[in-house]
Amino acid sequence: MIEIRLFATLRDGRDKIIKLDSNSISLAGDVLKHLSISPENVAIYLINGKHSNLDAPIKDGDVIAIFPPIGGG
Amino acid sequence: MTTAYNGKLLRVNLTTGEINPEELNIDLAKKFIGGRGLGTKILFDEEIATVDPLSEDNKIIFINGPMTGTSVPTGGRYMVVTKSPLTGMIASSNSGGVWGAKLKYAGWDAIIVEGKAKEPVYINIDDERAEILSANEYWGKTTENLVEEMLKLYPKASILNIGPAGEKLSLLAAIINDKDRAAGRSGVGAVMGSKNLKAISVTASRTVIEPFDKDKLRQVTSDCQKKIIENGVTNAGLPTYGTPVLVNIVNNIGSFPTRNWQESYFETADKISGETLKENHIVKQGFCHRCPIGCGRVIDFNGKIIGGPEYEPIWAFGANCGVDDLPAINEANYMCNEYGLDAISTPCTIAAAMELYQKGYISDEDCDGVPLKWGSGKAIVEWTKRMGQGYNELAKLMAEGSYRLCEHYGVPEYSMSVKKQEMPAYDARGIQGIGITYATSNRGGCHVRGYLISPEVLGLPEALDRFSIEGKATWAKIFQDLTACIDSMGMCLFSSFALGAPEYAALLNAATGTDYTAEDLLEVGERIYNLERIFNKFAGMKPEDDRLPKRLTEEPIPGGPSKGELSKIDITLPDYYNVRGWVDAFPTNDTLIRLGLEEEMLKEEVPVV
Repeated sequence: MIEIRLFATLRDGRDKIIKLDSNSISLAGDVLKHLSISPENVAIYLINGKHSNLDAPIKDGDVIAIFPPIGGG
Repeated sequence: MTTAYNGKLLRVNLTTGEINPEELNIDLAKKFIGGRGLGTKILFDEEIATVDPLSEDNKIIFINGPMTGTSVPTGGRYMVVTKSPLTGMIASSNSGGVWGAKLKYAGWDAIIVEGKAKEPVYINIDDERAEILSANEYWGKTTENLVEEMLKLYPKASILNIGPAGEKLSLLAAIINDKDRAAGRSGVGAVMGSKNLKAISVTASRTVIEPFDKDKLRQVTSDCQKKIIENGVTNAGLPTYGTPVLVNIVNNIGSFPTRNWQESYFETADKISGETLKENHIVKQGFCHRCPIGCGRVIDFNGKIIGGPEYEPIWAFGANCGVDDLPAINEANYMCNEYGLDAISTPCTIAAAMELYQKGYISDEDCDGVPLKWGSGKAIVEWTKRMGQGYNELAKLMAEGSYRLCEHYGVPEYSMSVKKQEMPAYDARGIQGIGITYATSNRGGCHVRGYLISPEVLGLPEALDRFSIEGKATWAKIFQDLTACIDSMGMCLFSSFALGAPEYAALLNAATGTDYTAEDLLEVGERIYNLERIFNKFAGMKPEDDRLPKRLTEEPIPGGPSKGELSKIDITLPDYYNVRGWVDAFPTNDTLIRLGLEEEMLKEEVPVV
């Protein structure tokens, strides 16, 4: 099982936290396909709190956090 | 020939009651741009570095940039420049709202206030006319009440003021304008209070500033506006959620200082996030003058419509005090505005007091009915009020900031501060570059003197590995220098999510008639940064003041996604000095000559009083 946390506008029409069976996911980008999120709407992709790209491998137990472009100060 | 400068300064001496207009030296203005840069230059030349910050010898400058009041997007900022009573070094505290633009429209680039009034006064400006009037009836009033009273007299005015905290010389006192915008940091409100200056009201009949090249500025403005509208941060992230959108990302990387930086991951952070604030409390966006972004939060607080909290106070009252009660955070933030307190340093000092309570230094008796317990919503609200009121001995001590509080108990290492100013909401143990900018910020612990969070966490303008130290010294210098320019131009730092040095140079050239390339502009920023550093040297700064609290170099983050991390500032700081052309924290003569600061270099250092 993997845990996916969505933030900001990516929560529109979706749950904040989604749990997926890890068997159907092998790469970070697969999560986006599964949730129908366009890669251009994603600015930050974390796997277990570490910045990752969409080619990164996903394993069982990973916590994924996905953000659109955000900023502040 | 017009430029975006008015060409006029107003000097007000509160000791003698004299009010004199002065001509602005336009060449000097262009060399230091305006705002933060020119304000520091004036303060340096008038030998303020060595004075007691709360004596009548200190001066406080309210200064616009050339872009303030123009049609340029986010061109509405002003800067308060003075010697800080909190750090004993340069203070330049920035604010938005409409006050700066009103001052510009009234015909003034800056007000230099000196001396000390015998009793409470305010300054009223109505275009060319300026007068000093009694503020006896206003002394003691909190912000909102004061502004409502003054608006009865000056219905079209914008009001800048201090609250009770500034009157009582709290070293955390802010200057508030337009009710809820703040020049918050470095205790600038205490300097106003020390001069018995309660407020400055400004009424202006003009609404336009004439630039050097109107057509060119219109074209460059349009290009910049387009970039802001097309940028994901400035067109969606900030307008929709405001700065509190950062709560979840910074917590999810495990760099969200928690319980006075003893930890760096807050389990219930989503309860205080920008998303939750929007869902439960937001009424609408808040806009400063000429701002297309609108990052301000306007909230419903028990049926009252008020300015809501930014990311920093949400973190500082929230995770840093172990509090996940968003209504209590909203109220504590409102109390900062009402009493005129810095909404970063105040909650960070409460967090330090909570650690002192946890470890037995502060007793229940000291707490007088409101224990400083982690997670207490009541404590953050009541102790903010108490600090603003000078309620008891502990509250008075806390109103001097976390460093002096912790030093009083013999444990200054519990103060999470640099140069005695509290650090903001990003743990430098897990983000190496931001640690350089904290340690070397001329105004003490601060995130907006080189916001490396942009590349290290948000991936803008390009993604950097937050754990790596490679190249970070150079990045820190470039960000610090560009920020000095933006602050001096009178624009908002948030415009830099969409704009870069070439755009700022083009705006400045069209507005003022300079002929700067992007590289030239960065050199002006470097000049300003070095001038601030020399000011600090004259003020008594020592190389050891460029340091991070021991906790960041000796206590690894105990859990969460950045577990085990420590700041590598001992490696990055020498790199940084090398990149800057500094030795032992100060510029070499070669560096000063390269930057056109020979005059400042030749000035003899005056013994520190």
